[in-house]
Amino acid sequence: MIKITIEDRNGKQATLGIPSDVSLSLMEVLKAADYEILAACGGMGLCATCQVQVVKGFEKLPPRNDQELDMMDILPNADQHSRLSCQLRINEEMDGMIFRIIGGD
Amino acid sequence: MLNTDICIIGAGPIGLFAAFEAGLLKMRCHLIDVLTQVGGQLSEIYPHKPIYDIPGYPEIKGQELVDKLMEQIKPFHPGFTLGERVEVMTQNPDGSLIIKTNDQTEVHCQVLVIAGGLGCFEPRKPDIDRLIEFEGKGVNYIVKDPEIFRDREIILAGGGDSALDWTIYLANTAARVTLVHRGDTFRGAPDSVEKIFKLAKEGKIDLILQSNVIALNGKERLQSVSISARDNSLTTLKAHHFIPLFGLSPKLGPIAEWGLEIDKSAIEVKPVDFSTNIERTYAIGDINTYPGKLKLILCGFHEAALMAQSAFKYVYPDKKISFKYTTVYGVPTF
Repeated sequence: MIKITIEDRNGKQATLGIPSDVSLSLMEVLKAADYEILAACGGMGLCATCQVQVVKGFEKLPPRNDQELDMMDILPNADQHSRLSCQLRINEEMDGMIFRIIGGD
Repeated sequence: MLNTDICIIGAGPIGLFAAFEAGLLKMRCHLIDVLTQVGGQLSEIYPHKPIYDIPGYPEIKGQELVDKLMEQIKPFHPGFTLGERVEVMTQNPDGSLIIKTNDQTEVHCQVLVIAGGLGCFEPRKPDIDRLIEFEGKGVNYIVKDPEIFRDREIILAGGGDSALDWTIYLANTAARVTLVHRGDTFRGAPDSVEKIFKLAKEGKIDLILQSNVIALNGKERLQSVSISARDNSLTTLKAHHFIPLFGLSPKLGPIAEWGLEIDKSAIEVKPVDFSTNIERTYAIGDINTYPGKLKLILCGFHEAALMAQSAFKYVYPDKKISFKYTTVYGVPTF
């Protein structure tokens, strides 16, 4: 079991406990936890509605693939700590990390 | 005006299969899609990716499935309007519907089926002060007619291929072209990137890196653009036009304004027959939602079959529907 902290669009933080062998993306976990995330494309990294900002632990994440880097280049509200949560698989390394939900419509 | 029994918005796998299920019940179909080819996401996004959960196919590529669906619906000669976006839906006193596209194509139908998948891809709008206010008054999200920019002062924003391409193109026609980019590098096609830096070096364009456009200014029309650099310093530049190019994002589009019940960008339907709150209008596939909804192609196929059974009463109000197996009766043609 790992714990990650999620900050919603209103700045409210909550900690989620997730089995580390869950085999889901962070986007799927956020949707399951009823966070307002559209994820219109279903996890293919095309719509960027699942965008998050990594508040703590950015360096522990695997590097972005080409698809995600291309998307980051065109997103108006992305910065160097932005990620697409659909591209992040839940793993033990994520324990203790903090994510802020950014992705709008 | 085109006349048909069922008008289907969206020519993805579910829209195509809906034409088959309708055809079995002798209902004619006309399909409209904003893309210029059939197949929806399958053809547009992952034509060569394998799909593993189509019953009877341990593995099938997106485009192969589309090709097979097209073959399957051939006996029913569905009509297609491609490359046009559905804008307006009106209902006649007799209940039948008229669908209009942005190219003024009109379809008269007894039943409307929305199989729109993700929706239409529309320009992503950055969070910039007064952006919406200046739409059509200096703000352009796409370059339709480059001539309107001739001898004008243009500011573009974005770091993708389209931002690079249009900056290069407009450098020749506009009076002044400025490209504002958040980063200091570009991931676009190497040729374009090289050209951009060359044009900047030669003074033919202005390149403002590590900066964001944060506000637009003007009275009736756009007059200037405020740009914030990474060190928070603020610059204001004169501009006749501002072109933000931040890619496309899927949206419901004009459908959202039709009075359909919508939950989180999906159309709410009754799970019995996938009808919406508007009579004679159905929504199937990824665009709908109901308790237990799964966004799977196979679920969309199932929804298409049930929709067709329910839609029959509007197309043939005097006939009684009789359920038939294709194995016993074959596939009728018309």
